[in-house]
Amino acid sequence: MTEPLLWVQNLTTVFDVKPRPVVAVKDVSFEIRKGETLGLVGESGSGKSVTAFSIIGLLQPPGRVAGGRVLFQGRDLAQLAEPEMRQVRGAGIGFVFQEPMAALNPVMRVGAHIAEALIVHGLASKGEARDRAVELLRAVKITDPEKRVDDYPHQLSGGMRQRVMMAVALACKPPLLIADEPTTALDVTVQAQVLDLLRDMKAQFDLSLLLITHDLGVIAETADRVAVMYAGRIVEQGTVREIFHEPKHPYTRGLLASIPGGAAGSRLQAIDGTVPNLASLPPGCSFAPRCGDRMAVCGTAFPPVTHLGGGPSPGLPASAGEHAVRCYLHGGRP
Amino acid sequence: MTPLVEVKNLVKHFERGGGWFRAKTVVKAVDDVSFVVNEGETFALVGESGSGKSTTGRCMLRLIEPTSGEVLFRGKNVLGYSGAEMRAARRDMQMVFQDPYSSLNPRMRAFTIVEEPLVIHAIGSRADRRARVAELFTLVGLDPAHLDRYPHEFSGGQRQRIGLARALALNPSFIIADEPVSALDVSIQAQVINLLMDLQDQLKLTYLFIAHDLRLVRHISTRVAVMYLGRIVEMGKTPEIFANAQHPYTKALLSAVPATDPDAPRARIELDPALVSHGAPLRQISEGHFAAV
Repeated sequence: MTEPLLWVQNLTTVFDVKPRPVVAVKDVSFEIRKGETLGLVGESGSGKSVTAFSIIGLLQPPGRVAGGRVLFQGRDLAQLAEPEMRQVRGAGIGFVFQEPMAALNPVMRVGAHIAEALIVHGLASKGEARDRAVELLRAVKITDPEKRVDDYPHQLSGGMRQRVMMAVALACKPPLLIADEPTTALDVTVQAQVLDLLRDMKAQFDLSLLLITHDLGVIAETADRVAVMYAGRIVEQGTVREIFHEPKHPYTRGLLASIPGGAAGSRLQAIDGTVPNLASLPPGCSFAPRCGDRMAVCGTAFPPVTHLGGGPSPGLPASAGEHAVRCYLHGGRP
Repeated sequence: MTPLVEVKNLVKHFERGGGWFRAKTVVKAVDDVSFVVNEGETFALVGESGSGKSTTGRCMLRLIEPTSGEVLFRGKNVLGYSGAEMRAARRDMQMVFQDPYSSLNPRMRAFTIVEEPLVIHAIGSRADRRARVAELFTLVGLDPAHLDRYPHEFSGGQRQRIGLARALALNPSFIIADEPVSALDVSIQAQVINLLMDLQDQLKLTYLFIAHDLRLVRHISTRVAVMYLGRIVEMGKTPEIFANAQHPYTKALLSAVPATDPDAPRARIELDPALVSHGAPLRQISEGHFAAV
């Protein structure tokens, strides 16, 4: 077992806001191995995007990483100076955002976005950059790349912009790509094309992928392993089959059950209540107020991690390949 | 089955551009659309952004004036109504919008938002209206103790319930729901869908459900029409469409829905535009199933 490509250990991110700081990400641990896709799934406000921004050090104040470590290729990213960190962003970790129109500069041509990435990282001269840009646009399956390279972002459709974002992210051949809701703003047929492209790119560029989404269908189609976030914590983690076929946490079960798919016209299995406010989380398990299996112990302290496979083998990262859950139904009772 | 609403040859063209030396271009947002919504059913309009499904819904309530065509509600063409007649007709036909964040006035209290239709139609005394709004709050699963809160004090799902309470205030029989849950979290979507189905049973409502989420459409609708570039390309009973799609666009759309089983076989069908004979008339495939092939 080799060391994971990305190893996040007990990451905690705090937003220093009045009247008291809000913990947006608490004690989050996972790792991504080479060639693997980890799906990070959760609802709005669950902390999945904040996790991603914390990893690549792009968190804006008042947000700050308050604890834990992020190891990328064995290096602790918190120890890097800003110039080294800039090298990691782009050349080490590529990033694709949800809203491609907001991430692309409206007054820069498509080719210039890609060229900039190549030139900043010293991978191409100005003369070569254009040819490389055309090549990358062809790789992300944009038709007529020689012409499109001179288009402005507004001349492209949503799906094409997302492809351009991917070309920019992949320009420096990073080993890891973080994609934050890459298909949420797209129509379903275009979403299917972008997901197919992501899979192609993964094989072609030998990528590992952190895929952040709220859509369990996207996860089922794309991920190898899944981490489910709720109110800032990972509550369940496992292989995609473990999560979809044997979900253990009541929240994961509820999420899966609330997807329409049963008998037409039957009642959907809704999860009662609403997502809690991070500023006033209940004591104990954050999901307890909405949980049908709530017990007295759930109000005491947040459940510890229970490894369902009997615990990690010695020398391996705590979460390696293990189906793990944070719920007193499955162990960890004081 | 009695038709409650009948849309006949509905057309909406938007003109754009046009300068001194440039011709105007015409966008055919809705291009000769006809369908019937029967009393008590849920009829779904599906399609991608720009397919004309929302424009069709808005034209039916004349929130946008259609270019031509007819919209018969209980046999009468609402497109021929005067302003006053239309306002009266809207008591019976209401709309729920997609975005619960932008469709509620942030400076009005929830009570005032839900009360507004009653005030406009001069229904009841102030005390009557207060009681009616409290009753509507309970109906949609909101706590009447929160009547005087502002929209920002509610969650997304609760705001969509406020929009629903407002739509129900005048006891309509027909509701157009334009992507009513697509802005909500998955766990909350199911709550609102269950509420929509309960209200339909309880109040004998007829729905036109506009959506792009095919899993949801399959769950909630009795019949479905698939729109593509302003036209209906396929229409029929929901199970029939899902089991036996005929139009190449419908096939592509159905195959693009991500399966929620990691082991499900993936058979993606890409749409070959050459296969779509644009402007082909709807042809009957089987009883009640039509496709433009």
